[in-house]
Amino acid sequence: MSLVVNLVLLVFLLVMALAVLKTRHLFAMAMLFGLYSLLVAGLFVVLDAPDVAFTEAAVGTGISTVLMLVTLASIKDGHELISTQKSRTAPLIICVLMGGLLIYGTHDIAELGDAQSAPHMQVAARYIEKGQEETGVPNLVTAVLASYRGFDTLGEVTVVLTAGIGVLMLLGSRKKLRIKEVSNGK
Amino acid sequence: MANDLILRVVTKWLSPIIILFALYVQFHGDYSPGGGFQAGVIFSSAILLYALTYGLDAALQLIPEYILRIGASLGVLIYGGVGVASMILGGNFLNYSVLGSTPVAGQHLGIIIIELGVGITVASVMVLLFFTFARRVAPE
Amino acid sequence: MIEYIIGHINYWLIVAIMMVGLYTLMSRSNLIKKLAGLSMFQTAVILFYVSLGKVTGGTVPIISEKYSLYSNPLPQVLMLTAIVVGVATTALGFALVIRIKEAYNSVEENEISAMDEKE
Repeated sequence: MSLVVNLVLLVFLLVMALAVLKTRHLFAMAMLFGLYSLLVAGLFVVLDAPDVAFTEAAVGTGISTVLMLVTLASIKDGHELISTQKSRTAPLIICVLMGGLLIYGTHDIAELGDAQSAPHMQVAARYIEKGQEETGVPNLVTAVLASYRGFDTLGEVTVVLTAGIGVLMLLGSRKKLRIKEVSNGK
Repeated sequence: MANDLILRVVTKWLSPIIILFALYVQFHGDYSPGGGFQAGVIFSSAILLYALTYGLDAALQLIPEYILRIGASLGVLIYGGVGVASMILGGNFLNYSVLGSTPVAGQHLGIIIIELGVGITVASVMVLLFFTFARRVAPE
Repeated sequence: MIEYIIGHINYWLIVAIMMVGLYTLMSRSNLIKKLAGLSMFQTAVILFYVSLGKVTGGTVPIISEKYSLYSNPLPQVLMLTAIVVGVATTALGFALVIRIKEAYNSVEENEISAMDEKE
């Protein structure tokens, strides 16, 4: 039963990705992008990962879509032009080739849900056994994130701060809309 | 005009509920799905809803920008501070077992404090991003 | 044979979604569409990793007395970090697009490189 739900959600996701590729009206594309993130969050819940689903729904549908809409409002350019100069066959060949190689690579991966596959064996089994008694926290994802892998989380918080500083440096000045007069030279 | 009124009333009712939910998710990260990142983003979405409905100037009066800049760095400082505190108390960097009377109590205390730091930084940075982008939108 | 296809079709569909995102990134010249394609590619890769951690018959990795088989918490933790780093990258990309628009008055990549070559 959960396999059917999985397949239906994945097919919807593929249709949504193709719609984002094809549409030329950029505001519609932003809405489809938010819908894509919401479907991925639903898929995470089916795959037993509610923490990741929470984060993806909040961050993908909330922050990413809002920032895309604010960018579109700021540049006031709602439509994508069809470019005639860029060739479309070279990216298509590269994508088909890379997709073929990746599918050939999934031959060695165990089936979905196999309890004896390699990722579940050594480190994760110890976290599941000893996690609650060593840290006192029943939620294993929080225990691993905050205690066993605390350095990674320190790096992640620093990355968030760095992104904030970067955006402040790029857009923080109070002067608005200095459009460079390119036709008159520098 | 009628739509504007509905939006304002609903926002006034929903914003405190959203902030309460964000605090719930922050402090129940130990027992249910949740934690610092999710809580920070939910808190920032409450402020974003207020800014979208009432305008950027009203939101800037609610939370001035210098508080956001202080908050962003304060979260990382809390996180690093816990690490340094555990070094001062005798353990390694970010070894929470030395922070409390028993190792398990120390771990629990350390996890709660660093999740608080993460939540403060993520909320401040997300609101700061939105305010900085929204300043660049020219008035119609 | 049927078992093999049923077990692996999730991975193949996710690889197809990844390739659509990559094609959007490479073949379209509008900068905002490129960023949307990049973000879709990142999300599909994260979906792939989380689906590696699923255990049939297992449950959410929160310890309680009623359940004994849990899904793997380790890919979920790593992908939590990856999602947040992805949104940081996307935000910086949008800030750069706004500055490019202010400097060149266009967000199409071929117009921008034509303006650069003319000078």
